[in-house]
Amino acid sequence: MSAMGENADASTFENVVCPFCGLLCDDLEVERQGTDLKIRKNGCHRAVVGFERALPASKPQIAGKDVSLDEAMTAVAQMINKASLPMYGGLSTDVGGMRAALSLADRSSGVVDHAFSGAAKHNMAVLQQAGWITSTLTETRNRADLIVIAGSDIHKLHHRFFERIVCPEETMFQDGAIKRTVVFIGDGLDQSGAKGACIDEVITLPCPLEQADEVLAALLARMRGKPIASQDVAGVAVSDIEDLAKRLHEASYSVLVWAVGELKVPEPELFVHTLCETVKLLNRTTRSAGLSMGGGEGAITANSVCGWQSGYPLPVSYASGAPKYDPEFNSIDYKIASGEGDLLVWLASFTTDLEPPETSLPTIVLGTPGIKLKRQPEVFIPVGTPGIDHAGQLIRNDSVVSLPLRALLAPRHPSAAEVLSAIEAKL
Amino acid sequence: MLIKLTGGRVYDPANGVDGEIRDIYVRDGKIVSPPEDGRVDQEYGLHGRIVMAGAIDPHTHIGGGKMTIGRLMLPEDHRGDPVCHTHLTRGGCGHAVPSTLTAGYRYAEMGYTACFEPAMLPANARQAHMEMADTPMVDKGAFAMLGSDDFFLRQLAAKDDIEAIKDYVAWTIHASQAIAVKVVNPGGISAFKFNQRELDLDEQHVHYGITPRDVLLTLSRSLKELGVAHPLHVHGCNLGVPGNVETTERTIAGMEGLPVHLTHIQFHSYGTEGDLKFSSGGARIAEMVNKHKNISIDVGQVLFGQTCTASGDSMRQYGNTKSANPKKWVVMDIECDAGCGVVPMKYRDKSFVNALQWAIGLELFLLIDDPWRIFLTTDHPNGAPFTCYPHLIRLLMDKGFRNDMMQKIHPDAAAASILGTLDREYTLYEIAIMTRAGPAKSLGLRDRGHLGVGAHADITVYDDNPDREAMFGTPVFVFKNGEVIVRGGKIVKVVHGDTHVARPDFDPSIEKSLRDYFSRYHTMSFDNFKLSDAEIEDGGRGGVIIQPTAARSTS
Repeated sequence: MSAMGENADASTFENVVCPFCGLLCDDLEVERQGTDLKIRKNGCHRAVVGFERALPASKPQIAGKDVSLDEAMTAVAQMINKASLPMYGGLSTDVGGMRAALSLADRSSGVVDHAFSGAAKHNMAVLQQAGWITSTLTETRNRADLIVIAGSDIHKLHHRFFERIVCPEETMFQDGAIKRTVVFIGDGLDQSGAKGACIDEVITLPCPLEQADEVLAALLARMRGKPIASQDVAGVAVSDIEDLAKRLHEASYSVLVWAVGELKVPEPELFVHTLCETVKLLNRTTRSAGLSMGGGEGAITANSVCGWQSGYPLPVSYASGAPKYDPEFNSIDYKIASGEGDLLVWLASFTTDLEPPETSLPTIVLGTPGIKLKRQPEVFIPVGTPGIDHAGQLIRNDSVVSLPLRALLAPRHPSAAEVLSAIEAKL
Repeated sequence: MLIKLTGGRVYDPANGVDGEIRDIYVRDGKIVSPPEDGRVDQEYGLHGRIVMAGAIDPHTHIGGGKMTIGRLMLPEDHRGDPVCHTHLTRGGCGHAVPSTLTAGYRYAEMGYTACFEPAMLPANARQAHMEMADTPMVDKGAFAMLGSDDFFLRQLAAKDDIEAIKDYVAWTIHASQAIAVKVVNPGGISAFKFNQRELDLDEQHVHYGITPRDVLLTLSRSLKELGVAHPLHVHGCNLGVPGNVETTERTIAGMEGLPVHLTHIQFHSYGTEGDLKFSSGGARIAEMVNKHKNISIDVGQVLFGQTCTASGDSMRQYGNTKSANPKKWVVMDIECDAGCGVVPMKYRDKSFVNALQWAIGLELFLLIDDPWRIFLTTDHPNGAPFTCYPHLIRLLMDKGFRNDMMQKIHPDAAAASILGTLDREYTLYEIAIMTRAGPAKSLGLRDRGHLGVGAHADITVYDDNPDREAMFGTPVFVFKNGEVIVRGGKIVKVVHGDTHVARPDFDPSIEKSLRDYFSRYHTMSFDNFKLSDAEIEDGGRGGVIIQPTAARSTS
């Protein structure tokens, strides 16, 4: 909602959705002064960097030389036409951008893969092998009496997770706020967010993050009644692990939180599987749920749109004409290494940090102006940022809620969806 | 341009037309009177062919988060049914939980022109509509799920004024762009979050103290008084639990004459007789439905093979996880709004229980007299994928075929069912009611589901093939808004359907309470929760059509 007309030079926008991490906080107040944005309320550090950044002037380029948008798109279409296996990577975009990328990939028999699907595939593997019981942000905020932060630094990843989900002033099923215990599995996780009236107790099982899987496995083993030979596991006393098991059994609604991309354990899939089996076991007698966080750079959106349009999670290959899913052999890293892929189209429309992989293959970047690049791509097309330059939608990292993005500025660059659709029309 | 469909045998129950040879005229996407000057620009000779309105599926899970969970979870199922792109259509995959694109194509290829997603969580409405927008060819609509959401349960527990509850129900229909309201395991999805594992009709919710009966009566009354055409769409208590026939009977009797639609009633028609304590309640339920004219139903027919169950009923789906095949499943608690459970299922004809489920569904079809109050569904994909509809129609229309199929199922199940004694064969007129006119009337689609002047020219033409499975699987022509989109069972033009919504009146002062509720408890702002028309219409994937509601009333 705009306090003044959205076309005026100076405006204040309320309930703005922040697209710069998977939490999609939607309570920001952002002020526009000319072409600058300033966060007035509820911006974390990451949001300030994203909204308030000054982007360099940027034009479409071929081999480093400024060209018109149409010339650049024509060149891209020609390169795609010539390619035997175009690879559409990065995919840091909104729903509209992802729809356009899938359409283009389908039409050109290419491969689609998000920059973060190498981590997300571990979650997908657990989903496809065993499944899980999960919760969402609002449910967790109001209901959880025990929250376990498992092996990943959630506060570092989502600066407002604790403020908004763990430590709210009020929850629904009590007078005032619920009293909850927060348990950190892993040494060195940022615990500074776990504060306020609703925090009853903070407990740490200080294992090295690389060994968080051992502690989790010991927890599940003890909950299953299996003996553990030693007195400690990864530096954590077995009695402390047993204490956590007891607390989980006694909790009315525990939530076990992880962010797969932040895990330091050697086998993330095994870690996620163990966590989800722990939750399942608890649900035989009480209630418990997992909560998967992360999902920045539009990763959840990309995976969901690919899921509903193709039937599969990322990465997907359309090389045969029908979508095919293979988390290893369809990944862009593999396609580059194997020499099967011969053209990289990299899409990065949120942060300027999402670099394309290093490759000597011809590379096209549809990116935020100022995006870090190790080398000059064959074609560069600046694209707008969803939620700043143009409207759109993103799906939050609990994979349930999706939020509307608004245009806060007169668009400086076209949306990825517009560019990709125009390129497809030129094939 | 004036198009004439000449000489087909027309089944148009909404207008009382039962197999008469008629000509149909179409101009600008609508059915029109014969032109006075007799001039016709294009003519389709349909002599010997069967003409019906485009089919309408009033209960099919095609869009929303739980379907995408099902898609992501089942790559092995998709691999058996890859769909290549063509110069017209996109690639995708089919079978149990098809990709959105493939679902749209396949519905159209079976002569369907509208599909309704029955379980849209308001918190997930934006995504559900995005998925439906990516389901081409057919019109869409969705039912907002209420009855386990904390705002409503707080209103009910606080004994709020019914007018305030009606305001909230109407607001939700607006905010989520719904056409109707569904309740799933009334209060039970919430109760499961408080660790209740069952909630029978008169059992109290541990936190709110309300019962499913309270929820059902309040919501059904609200919808009636709001003037929403489709009655409360009810997925009742105790889904899948042997003995639930009694719960269903009590539910029907307890509705005090209020209109309700009991969905996938097959899953709620189980007795506890016999060695396995599992028996058919089909005849009992059919008798109740026949007697209570305020009740309509759809069946949720089970057909054999691999599928995936997906429901908002997290409580009962958690109970069903022990039958998961393959052994993987997802259960979710969602946003103080609802929940979901996604459990793959393989129905086997040699399983006593599955075979009896199959027989119970067919008993219900054949024993319920009034085809205007029973709709043909498999509760896609819960009983079977929607692509099984032509097979199901043949089972209903062809007793010989049905009896042949009965020979293949578990013999004890065949013996435990009265199915073999039922001689009824559905007529084409009755099939047209169940798959077109009935759903359109129930949903309040004034210009769909019939072939009268003024109707949208959504028309399906079939060969009069005595093999009704082949006939309904491969229409000769499908017209959407007067354009041929399918010819010989294949897509010839890709179009985007519209989204049908209802807009019952509400007092905007309810927004004050809601705004306060959202800011105190939610992780999404009140303003962002609401889904605008523009979000549906932008991108050219179809418009929003507001279907009429009756004037709001009080009792």
